Amino acid sequence: MSEIRGCGGTGKAPHGATGRGPDPLHDSNRRGFLGSAVAALAGVALAPGIRLIDLAGARAPEQAASGKVRWGMLIDTSKCATGCNDCVSACSRENGLQDTGRPRTDAQWIRKIDLRDLRSQQQHSAPVMCQHCAEPPCVDVCPTGASFKRADGIVLVDKHTCIGCRYCVMACPYKARSFVHQNLADQKPEVPRGKGTVEGCTLCVHRVDRGGGPACADACSAAGHGAMVFGDLNDPQSAVAQRLRELPNRALRADLRLDPGIRYSGV
Amino acid sequence: MATIIHRELSAGAWRYYGPLLVLGAIIAAGFAAFVHMETSGHFVTGMDNQVVWGVPHVIAVFLIVAASGALNVASVASVFGRVAYKPLAPLSALVALALLAGGLAILAADLGRPDRLIVALTHFNFKSIFALNMFLYSGFFAIVGVYLWFMMERRMNRYSSAAGLAAFVWRLVLTTGTGSIFGFLVAREAYDSALLGPAFVVYSFAYGTSAFVIALECACRWDGRSLDPALAARLGKLLAVLVAAALYMTAAFHLTKLYMTRFHGIEAFLLADGGVYTALFWLGQVGIGGIVPLALLYAPGTGGTRRGVPAAAVLVTLGGLAQMYVTIIGAQAWPQPIFPGWEESSAFFDGEIHPYTPSAPEVLLGVGGVALAAALIAVGLKVLRFIPDPCTDSSSPQPTSPPARPR
Repeated sequence: MSEIRGCGGTGKAPHGATGRGPDPLHDSNRRGFLGSAVAALAGVALAPGIRLIDLAGARAPEQAASGKVRWGMLIDTSKCATGCNDCVSACSRENGLQDTGRPRTDAQWIRKIDLRDLRSQQQHSAPVMCQHCAEPPCVDVCPTGASFKRADGIVLVDKHTCIGCRYCVMACPYKARSFVHQNLADQKPEVPRGKGTVEGCTLCVHRVDRGGGPACADACSAAGHGAMVFGDLNDPQSAVAQRLRELPNRALRADLRLDPGIRYSGV
Repeated sequence: MATIIHRELSAGAWRYYGPLLVLGAIIAAGFAAFVHMETSGHFVTGMDNQVVWGVPHVIAVFLIVAASGALNVASVASVFGRVAYKPLAPLSALVALALLAGGLAILAADLGRPDRLIVALTHFNFKSIFALNMFLYSGFFAIVGVYLWFMMERRMNRYSSAAGLAAFVWRLVLTTGTGSIFGFLVAREAYDSALLGPAFVVYSFAYGTSAFVIALECACRWDGRSLDPALAARLGKLLAVLVAAALYMTAAFHLTKLYMTRFHGIEAFLLADGGVYTALFWLGQVGIGGIVPLALLYAPGTGGTRRGVPAAAVLVTLGGLAQMYVTIIGAQAWPQPIFPGWEESSAFFDGEIHPYTPSAPEVLLGVGGVALAAALIAVGLKVLRFIPDPCTDSSSPQPTSPPARPR
């Protein structure tokens, strides 16, 4: 966001320069020169910002999400340690999720599931959150359309039209939706929440729209695990697309054919 | 055929307003529970993020399903031309409307944001069976309301058959839609079945007829009269067939699930080792709600009598509530397999049977909805002419003839 705002500010500067007072000589050559200079300055000022937006996959606030992008993630369970909760803690910090001491009613946007194969006794641990399905059942069942999917594949809840019927919670195969059971305080301005509405992982959409990545994946990388790789699934050059090509991976509950944006490797 | 007129409830002031005050107190308690739940948040209920639909939904869905079936008597009269039921048809429509209102009131009061009800009525996702049901419910009010008007307004009587047919078709669609709310949930192993729509239709026949019999019995008693034995016998026969059909649908539903290996876990949970859910299924849904009423309706001594039939109706109602508890809460208690084939555990209770204990506020909310339905019927009985006089089987040549046993 800061780059984008910088672009806008710099873009306005030439207008300020032209408004400093008319030239008494009013020479047309000078006018032409000024015009060219303004255009050049504007180009020089805007180009890096545009390039940055392009490189980061970010977009200006007034631009709609693009269907050319499909945000997703690869979770490599071979790198995900049992007992490590870095992603869960980062999610709670980023989104202002608080522990009320009532775990059964507390919202949980991401959790670690410990897995054990009963025959081989093989063990794994995997973070599970909203899978940002291409065919999301939560969107299908929502009576008011509050559950919706953005063009870039991120599944969200419109907090203004959610009536708290919890049908999406019933419909989600990943148990990824939570209902807010109590009054909230100290909310994060960028992550609006509300008592009596349903919520779930937003893939840290406020960060993604600024060219960043979800807090969970960033925390996993920062801790040196690298078990969560986030990026544009549609971009063959993205790290996530490359890793998806390298590693055998699968969707959770692939039998339901929901085409989730989150893929798992190692389990 | 005896000439039958309809009249208002003739109970005197105290005899009428006394029970109505009791109902009012229960409604007030339900309203207080609603305010408590909405101001504090749903953590004061037994519901949580594992079991998100609780007792309010059990009672609400039961009432909605029963509302559809309560219209049976009217449909049998108007659509299938059984004149014996015709005097009872207006009351049947009143019970249907009241039950639906009670059920919807509970559902609306249990929303996380009931203040946004207007959003639910102005924003529609037409792919959602929930949204479609809103049209089906409001349409039901409209169609049954018109049907009732046509039945009660002499000048419009000639159109009542057509309205009855429309209401009959509409309620079949409505109950299919209600069952499909669950049937379409492929993520839940207890659901994921196309049979739930038709099963709910058949259940609605049994529950609704029972609710109607209870309402009729209460109305007659309130009016200081007793149900005509011949009429009781006729209603008993109808109820017996419908209860048997409900048992058949229950068997068909679970047998088809058992045919598929991936559902063996949930079926074993519900039918064999699910604790309260297994008990409610066998003792409540099958026993109290099915086999015992059938026995009552067919047994010598009680079969088709004016005591036996209402008793059977009460049992079917209790069994229906048990069925809804198993269907709605039992399904959520069973963990969702996210990594099928793996043993799962997490801080979010993956891989565990989820406990659920109803709290007082949510029970009060549900009971308040039932009281609302009862109060609406009571007010309707007093202000409009719903009670047939005499309260007899109009097709019977001898109203006092001994009761016939259902065959």
